Amino acid sequence: MNEIAQQAIDFISQPWPWWMGGVVIGFTLFLLLYFDKEFGLSANLRTMCAADGAGDYADFFNFDWNKQGWNLMVALGATFGGYVAANYFGGDFTAHVSQATVDTLNDISQKDILTFGNVPIVPGKDVIHPNIDPFWDIYSWSSLFTLRGFIIIVFGGFLIGFGARYAGGCTSGHAISGLADLQIPSLVAVIGFFIGGLAMTYLILPHILRIPF
Amino acid sequence: MRTFKYIAVGFFFGFGMWKLEAVSAFRIIEMFHFQSFHMYGIIISGVATGLVITQLFKKGKIKTIKGIQHQFNDKDRTWPRYIIGGIIFGMGWALTGVCSGMMFLLLGSGYTVFAVFLAAAMTGTFAYGYFRKWLPH
Repeated sequence: MNEIAQQAIDFISQPWPWWMGGVVIGFTLFLLLYFDKEFGLSANLRTMCAADGAGDYADFFNFDWNKQGWNLMVALGATFGGYVAANYFGGDFTAHVSQATVDTLNDISQKDILTFGNVPIVPGKDVIHPNIDPFWDIYSWSSLFTLRGFIIIVFGGFLIGFGARYAGGCTSGHAISGLADLQIPSLVAVIGFFIGGLAMTYLILPHILRIPF
Repeated sequence: MRTFKYIAVGFFFGFGMWKLEAVSAFRIIEMFHFQSFHMYGIIISGVATGLVITQLFKKGKIKTIKGIQHQFNDKDRTWPRYIIGGIIFGMGWALTGVCSGMMFLLLGSGYTVFAVFLAAAMTGTFAYGYFRKWLPH
């Protein structure tokens, strides 16, 4: 029996092919619509602001946030899903990116240290990658107290929270729910995501990553 | 049970996205360099199944748990907010390699520094709410 359980764990722990995205996203969307809800995770940021009393400062946060409790539970479940995946089904903890991406990453870091099939899944050493190259140790508390880490974590987080609400949704709300509902505004928002993302990737990000302190 | 079902949906989504490596900033860098089909495959296959499911709900072929038809809201057709907001979100997405859903997964994975990221994202949302009336929509 243990052997079968171990085989099942090993099977799930393999890297999943891209088409599993159709299964995961489709089933998530189906269940939320079946529960008469919507799929959009960034709305939780608004709910959390409202629950902290932001309604005193802006009318945008004066809404019946108790009715959004279900969405906070989805976020809590996603947090727990990340915990279980990382701790029990992590496999080789590798992002199976292409050789071209390995070259790009080595080029950005100006080090020839990453190799094909050996790119860590998370750019941080706090938990699952104690041996990651210091250059890519970004998601950690020590990194937060460097200029580079501060820009990425704090300024990046601010852009995510500001942009998602300004655009009225994030990757789940617009790129998934909105496009699946054939909403033209969502397509415009997704085009916006890529304009901003490409400008950041090519023009700004390499310079930020190379800040040496 | 009422709460548990939403935690279960989130768990399924979070676990799946982690195993699909959507949680990886290196996958996001790869996507924005157009160096692999992987992330596009996730989004395209997700939208494809989502499209079928959404149409079935819209046409009333599938009813909700309450036995009624789910009401979809059309998004407002005012363009500046989607372009400007989208660009700002995209810049944050590419800068951190994390979108608003994945930050919860990383927090759960044990990267506790994402509590700061979450606070920063809440600050961003608060700033939008505060300056909203002066922003073009």
